[in-house]
Amino acid sequence: MDLNFSPEEQAFQAEVKAFLAEHLPKEIADRVGRGEEPTREDMDRWHAILNDKGWLGGSWPKDFGGQAWGPIEQHIFEEECAKANAPRIVPFGLKMLGPVLMKFGSPEQQAEYLPRILDGRDWWCQGYSEPGAGSDLASLKTRAERDGDHYIVNGQKTWTTLGQYANRIFCLVRTKFDGKPQEGISFLLIDLDTPGIEMRPIRLIEGGYEVNEVFFTDVKVPVENLVGEENMGWTIAKFLLGHERTNIAGTGFSVQALAQVKALARQVKRRGKPLIENPLFAARLASVEAELEAVKITNLRMLSKAAAGGRLGAEPSMLKIKGTVIRQELNDLARRALGPAAAPFPSEDLDNLAIAPQGHAHNAGNYFNNRKISIYGGSNEIQRNILAKGMMQG
Amino acid sequence: MNFEMSDDRRMLADSLARFLADTCPVEKRVDVAYAEPWHSDAAWAGLAELGALYALAPEEAGGMGGTGFDIAVVFEELGKALCPEPVLASLLGLRLLAAAGQDLEPVLAGERLAVGIGELDAPYDLDGIATRAEGSRLTGRKSVVYGGAGAERLLIAAQSGGKLALFEVKAGDAQVTGYGMIDGGPAAEVFLDDTPGELLLEDARGALEEALDAGALALCAEALGAMEVVQGILIDYLKTRKQFGQPIGAFQALQHRAIDVGIEIEQARSIVILAASALGGPEGAKRVAQAKFLVGRIARLVAEEAIQMHGGIGITWEYPMAHYAKRLVMIDAQLGDTDWHLERLTEALAAE
Ligand SMILES: Cc1cc2nc3c(=O)[nH]c(=O)nc-3n(C[C@H](O)[C@H](O)[C@H](O)COP(=O)(O)OP(=O)(O)OC[C@H]3O[C@@H](n4cnc5c(N)ncnc54)[C@H](O)[C@@H]3O)c2cc1C
Repeated sequence: MDLNFSPEEQAFQAEVKAFLAEHLPKEIADRVGRGEEPTREDMDRWHAILNDKGWLGGSWPKDFGGQAWGPIEQHIFEEECAKANAPRIVPFGLKMLGPVLMKFGSPEQQAEYLPRILDGRDWWCQGYSEPGAGSDLASLKTRAERDGDHYIVNGQKTWTTLGQYANRIFCLVRTKFDGKPQEGISFLLIDLDTPGIEMRPIRLIEGGYEVNEVFFTDVKVPVENLVGEENMGWTIAKFLLGHERTNIAGTGFSVQALAQVKALARQVKRRGKPLIENPLFAARLASVEAELEAVKITNLRMLSKAAAGGRLGAEPSMLKIKGTVIRQELNDLARRALGPAAAPFPSEDLDNLAIAPQGHAHNAGNYFNNRKISIYGGSNEIQRNILAKGMMQG
Repeated sequence: MNFEMSDDRRMLADSLARFLADTCPVEKRVDVAYAEPWHSDAAWAGLAELGALYALAPEEAGGMGGTGFDIAVVFEELGKALCPEPVLASLLGLRLLAAAGQDLEPVLAGERLAVGIGELDAPYDLDGIATRAEGSRLTGRKSVVYGGAGAERLLIAAQSGGKLALFEVKAGDAQVTGYGMIDGGPAAEVFLDDTPGELLLEDARGALEEALDAGALALCAEALGAMEVVQGILIDYLKTRKQFGQPIGAFQALQHRAIDVGIEIEQARSIVILAASALGGPEGAKRVAQAKFLVGRIARLVAEEAIQMHGGIGITWEYPMAHYAKRLVMIDAQLGDTDWHLERLTEALAAE
């Protein structure tokens, strides 16, 4: 056994670090480090910087403008980006639609859309969930009915992340109304400028705005916007679920969060001493650090298997569960470390009062907001169901 | 043995519940609790008129209660209604004013006052208080003073001649910067810079400890009230939300967790009863520490589990339960968190 990256991988890691040190704009990294949402401009700018380097679609095949990174390189890249406080790459175009089009799209669709994802002309959002179809996605009701060379789409999507910045949405829609629900779903690309679409913001628990409801009323979508064949949407959705699992544990975020909590616990005081010397708090911190070290290795075990061409079974679900719980625990510690200073509702007016140490005004808000990570992308309960099914069948 | 509430307290609870449902319905709370002045003057006046504040002060000081059970009744109702009115500030103030032999009447009648004890580097411990007095002029900073925004009077704990003393300061004489909290309600930073004050207690340590215990008990009761409501909302949701053709409450994975939430809430209820009965007696400090420790842990569990079992809707601003969940988590950081109180208990163990 050798737990180290290979010399080539280490060289790549060094290259990523050096690139980040030189090219990640400081004001963007500072904003992310403070736990604030990156602005739309931040995300566009960062995407463009990565695209210039050819790293935006790093795991895409070379034919489509990528670097054909394997899972380990992809992991190294994501981990270093997170540790450097780079904004998260918006996944909808790059990690979801891109791979779908490469596998199921027509050559015309690939030629039309893939370059626009890389150069930022298109911002995609994901239209899967509906008010009545969350965990039970196959029960979705948004319908697309064929009318000549168009589909007419009616229905509602919800939880659409960053839809407010998007110009396009990829949707799962119902095209067949009898038989098994999974068999009547299609994958449709929709231009958000089409008449009949209305987007409404949903405000989240901590006060932020990142998700939306999207309403479709008699929206005309050209049939060439269908991906794959009609009623093949569920196959595509399942393909996507099995794809791009490298970052599922979010260990890079946790590594960064742990470093921040440690620094904070050295800064704030309880009973006249740095909090890090408080045995109860230190025990919480040491426990989560041990958990994180273990999950990092589980993650690498999975990546190593994937890189060797092995089929992944239970690993992604395990990593989703453990990874999210660890991140949430770190968010809890970051809030807890502040004591009452976590309580003020963050606002620019308060910044100069420095109630929480600099960069920590959002700790409570982030704790609340990050309850989402065990809910979306297949809730932790659904992950356990997947694992249990595998166990009983195995 | 009798675990029934007395008739008087039952009547107080009922009238408070009715008043709060009419005056601060939870659907309207977001408009009040998150916008300056982060509470409602009308609701405040109504609470005072109802006599809710009288229940927090002992009879010999001009109040009509003041025992642990009186405090618990009032705060459990405030918690159920998720009321953002800073009643806790009045409770602390009344206890301290009573200890100093001051007239409670203005506060009982609804004068807004706030108590500044915690500081940035000493959020919970009295020994770390750095604010000091030269004669009766005060210098220092009090941080996250609950109810501080809009208070007319401030009671300030400060070092003076080697003792922890209590001063009264007119809010207008200090620099008070008010703000709202992430779970709603008003707070403030209070800056004192050679600010004139009036000495109320030369040695205030005992009075401060007593007031903080009463306050911690109140927060436990508030959390208990909020937990009961969250539990009700959760059970309703488990019965009505359908996925995979059945109510999500039909999934045993969720049933067991909802049941655990219920078991823990009963633990919280019992420890609150115990602490309420012990307040002011020889075991008071220990029982309150046990209660704040347990309730802190349980409140977080209830909040997180209720959110998780709701799925996405549980973290939306529009859904009242999300605000209850925030309060349940943030309550822990007021007047000593779970670790703080557990530490008090471990120290007491060693000394047993
Ligand atoms: C912040 C955020 C961003 C999101 N972004 C997007 C997006 O961009 N695009 C998109 O399409 N969707 C998005 N989602 C939707 C997300 O995928 C759903 O929230 C998720 O699938 C859960 O669905 P639900 O919220 O309807 O909860 P429900 O499915 O109603 O679940 C409620 C509870 O029941 C549990 N449960 C359900 N079924 C079972 C079962 N069989 N056994 C045991 N427990 C069960 C769940 O785990 C959960 O605890 C987002 C969600 C959030 C919160």
